[in-house]
Amino acid sequence: MAYSTFKVEIDADGIATVLIDVPGVSMNLWNEQLINEFDDWVDHFIGSDDICGVVLASGKESCFLAGADLQMLEDMQGNCDRQSRDGLIEKLTSCLRKLETGGNTSVQLMKGNVFAKPVAAAVEGLALGGGLELVLAAHYRVVDNNPRIKLGLPESQLGLIPGAGGLQRAMRLAGLRFATEMGVSGRSIDPVTAHANGLIQQLSPVGESIAFAKTWIKANPRVIQPWDAQGYKIPGGSGALDPRAIQLFVGENGKAQKVTRHNYPAIQAVLSCLYQGMILPIDLALSNDTKSFRKLLADRVPQRMIRAIFSSKKYLDSGQLRPVEVPQSKLDTIAVVGTGLMGSGIALASAMAGARVLILDQDKGIAEKGKNFAQDRLKLLAARSGIDSSACQSIMERIIPTGSYADIAEADLVVEAVFEDPDVKTLVIRQVETHLRTDAIFATNTSTLPISQLSRHCERPDRYIGIHFLSPVERMALVEIIPGAKTGKSTLAVALDFARMIGKTPIVVKDVRGFYTNRIMPVYLAEAMIMVMEGVKPALIENAASLIGMPVGPLALIDETALSLHHQLMVSTQRELGADYQPLGHEALLEKMVKDLGRNGRRGEGGFYDYHEDGTKRLWLGLAAHFPLASDQPSVEDVKERLLYGQLIPAIHCLADGIVSDRQSADVGAILGWGFPTWTGGPIGYIEHIGVNEFLTCANRIAEKYGERFRPPNKAEALFQQKSMFSPTM
Amino acid sequence: MKDALIFDAVRTPRGRGKVTGALHPISPVVLATQVLQHLRDRNFLRGVEIEDVALGCVSAVGEQGALIARVAAINADFPYSTAAIHVNRFCGSALEAVNIIATKVMSGEIDLGIGGGVESMSRVPIGSDGGAWAMDPDIAFKSHYIPQGVSADLIASLYGFSRESCDEIATESHLRAARSWEEGRFARSIVPVRDILGAVLLSHDESIRDRNELGSIGQLEPSFAKQGQQLGFDSIAIQKYPELECIDHVHHAGNSSGLADGASGVLIGNAETARKFGLKPRARIVSTASIGSDPTIMLTGPEFAAKKALQRAGMSVSDIELWEVNEAFAAVVLRFVQAMNVQYDSVNVNGGAIAMGHPTGATGGMILGTLLDEMERTNKSLGLATLCIGGGMGTATIIERIN
Repeated sequence: MAYSTFKVEIDADGIATVLIDVPGVSMNLWNEQLINEFDDWVDHFIGSDDICGVVLASGKESCFLAGADLQMLEDMQGNCDRQSRDGLIEKLTSCLRKLETGGNTSVQLMKGNVFAKPVAAAVEGLALGGGLELVLAAHYRVVDNNPRIKLGLPESQLGLIPGAGGLQRAMRLAGLRFATEMGVSGRSIDPVTAHANGLIQQLSPVGESIAFAKTWIKANPRVIQPWDAQGYKIPGGSGALDPRAIQLFVGENGKAQKVTRHNYPAIQAVLSCLYQGMILPIDLALSNDTKSFRKLLADRVPQRMIRAIFSSKKYLDSGQLRPVEVPQSKLDTIAVVGTGLMGSGIALASAMAGARVLILDQDKGIAEKGKNFAQDRLKLLAARSGIDSSACQSIMERIIPTGSYADIAEADLVVEAVFEDPDVKTLVIRQVETHLRTDAIFATNTSTLPISQLSRHCERPDRYIGIHFLSPVERMALVEIIPGAKTGKSTLAVALDFARMIGKTPIVVKDVRGFYTNRIMPVYLAEAMIMVMEGVKPALIENAASLIGMPVGPLALIDETALSLHHQLMVSTQRELGADYQPLGHEALLEKMVKDLGRNGRRGEGGFYDYHEDGTKRLWLGLAAHFPLASDQPSVEDVKERLLYGQLIPAIHCLADGIVSDRQSADVGAILGWGFPTWTGGPIGYIEHIGVNEFLTCANRIAEKYGERFRPPNKAEALFQQKSMFSPTM
Repeated sequence: MKDALIFDAVRTPRGRGKVTGALHPISPVVLATQVLQHLRDRNFLRGVEIEDVALGCVSAVGEQGALIARVAAINADFPYSTAAIHVNRFCGSALEAVNIIATKVMSGEIDLGIGGGVESMSRVPIGSDGGAWAMDPDIAFKSHYIPQGVSADLIASLYGFSRESCDEIATESHLRAARSWEEGRFARSIVPVRDILGAVLLSHDESIRDRNELGSIGQLEPSFAKQGQQLGFDSIAIQKYPELECIDHVHHAGNSSGLADGASGVLIGNAETARKFGLKPRARIVSTASIGSDPTIMLTGPEFAAKKALQRAGMSVSDIELWEVNEAFAAVVLRFVQAMNVQYDSVNVNGGAIAMGHPTGATGGMILGTLLDEMERTNKSLGLATLCIGGGMGTATIIERIN
């Protein structure tokens, strides 16, 4: 029988090799077809007298199996086709169980009279999620000793859990603590770590894992999993009365609630499945995991998370915003002008992507300092993500400091990242354009300055574009790309290609004040300051933000970015707009804090917080003298709502005004741009999910209570009826 | 309904709840046995008159498992006809056991019984019985579980009790307990614990510090900062009480109750029985109450339990002349004094668990006896005993002295 998702070869010894090779994709994924075909084949394998064992391997170069097809999962959510979805998950779980038991019951196996035929997994590429679950169901697991191979159970990062026994088998092989770490963090491990912890039995020289697997099969014709044998115990302790297990769960429960703030049900589900699973026998434990997976799949949070951080991000990363007619560009040499925090970060990110980077400043000495700065940050990055020293060295070799604008002629793309001052930028435009090749592109990094205004100083404004990098560049995953009024399509395409090259997710944003991310943040932060002015306890504001999942409290964030900077921006905006300036409501507070009290923020004398020498900080007690606490404090739910809607409302305005072109950009931009919590699915995804009517009711209610700034735009309702806005993942 | 009358109350001294503690060689069954025997013998009872024995015990596993009250009654040579029940309301167990016997008497189910409790924390460590609350992720998440010590620090943070004020309570607890021993105020209730040869192993509460040792309390490191900060429990507390910026970890080994071994018992019956067996009523149980409160802050229950008991009795705070509030943590006492608006001079006048230790399952019976002794000594008429309880509960008992 022929299968389309894998090939089966049977050698002279009767050992089958299943080479998984899902057609039309670069990575193998569990989709409906693979599950059905593999399940068929497992039945055949168990019943066949001609096959004595099987090696599971991959027909793809560097991927064993990368998990479940998320698109399939998302489509199933959309169709509400719960029965077929749940059927598939149960089929996979029982198929893997069948594989390891040879179709016998655990009672039969426990008696020691029956066995399974040997199943070996020979892993030569990454095995994640459902891929690793398949590996763990094999009796023998041999992995190429290649540090680039990643093994992991990342499901919790998407709001799900490993639903096909991965947690249970990892715990039964490597112990409760190890399985908890894998399942909760979702972090991958390399083969050596997997081997050291008992997750796999054998490391093989690269390319020899199948041979190792066959040798093992020949030596072990009748096998069972350790957990199907009489007297099996989970290594490292288990059970509700084992002090090691008690200590682990009490601590993990605490830490997980701190991290998730009760917003991410998957983390709790991972812990719960491990807890139940260490008490239950394997079959009941597997069934419990599958139920938990099904429950999560029907839950709002994972649905939102998958859509935002998988589908929408994929939509943006795959170049959907790129003008199709422009051919793919090739950017070999990048010139970065300005070697401060942003410039050196952009240079580093470009060099890490393999480009040759000219890093240019007033003189070579300053440029060299910029390079050193990049090197320091690379070291930090390397320590965290395991980039080896030879890779670091070649990255640094690609960064070439220079003090000469003439070198610009070598660049395919110039990124200017000098001081945010129109005069300085104008000066640099002249100097760069003197040497810029006619086929090269010129990008300016700015978070505030309108591109169309800057481009008035350009000789070739069609080749000029804005790219807003976020700081720190090497770690922030988003860039905003801002075409000016005269920017050409091909320039936009090159900027998008550049984003893709350096591994950033791009959104294309209209050339308006603040673009997208900096248009929303000030509104949100102003809301926090308005509450301070109303006498809401600062701790309540900070904690409410934390409860909705913001990475830091708004007052802490204002301190970090400096109150003085916020004040400065306010003043310059007021000056620029004159009579058109629309007050946000926080102006008097900024004036008082900065001008009267000298509370400039963290790097000054302190701001909303006092900063201690030991690195700790406490809210400034003096604040209440200037903004007295109200005797009636609002409920935390009220404060949470104001902080959430303080972001939703400006986001929907941005969408309504076309500042971002689509839901995907609005959602992913929020999540990657300013840490809008992923459980929401992004601001627009969230509104869509709770229903536009509920959103409008809520927003209008808040507007009645707290002010017109919360009033949603008139076309909000129409916006959500406009399907094209939300394609293709509606 | 009949009156439930207290005829007698005894307790063992509180031994340090560790291997080096004087009561460690004695099993918890034997601790309870000796208390039951004393109550029977010094009241000239045969045993058959005692219809039910309710004993509190928190960690009811191992040698404290399988209904320790029944085992102790048999071991104390009570007749087989005496029934027994094990009560677990965590730290309120023994007082709840007293209340159960009292209500059985009031309802007419029994005429005479014993309520009390036992705990050998040196032999059956706290937490030995596991439990889903902290461990089962679904339960821990749902209930915002945090460990008691962090709850106590949460109380201090929320209601503004400084490290210094907590340490003052601790110092005062030791001074008061020491003075009570000097003046023999515990003499009536204390029954020394004896070994199999009849030699006294312990006749005094073991952990009271000497006056000149008390200065070191100020130097002790906070006990719950690590749990709170590293295991996320501070964050969980703040998620529930978001008006707080942070948790001040003010509690430490010196201003929290110590682990202890001990047992207690209170003899309770109706007036008819008193006449029949020549028992002299010392006090009447006026009202009893147990309540539930927020399990995360956990230890604020005494206020609500006391208010409920007062309300049931038709009394107000000013009617009560003496208070016993179990000193699980200094902040529990401070919060009770603050919330009830009572004078600390009328609370725990003979010291408490910070000085003497807290044998969890037994303490309720101990403080009720101490309250009664003190009411007699100072000629007071109404007193209230209460304890904070894990899981967010409180139990209280109001007694009225009978002259």
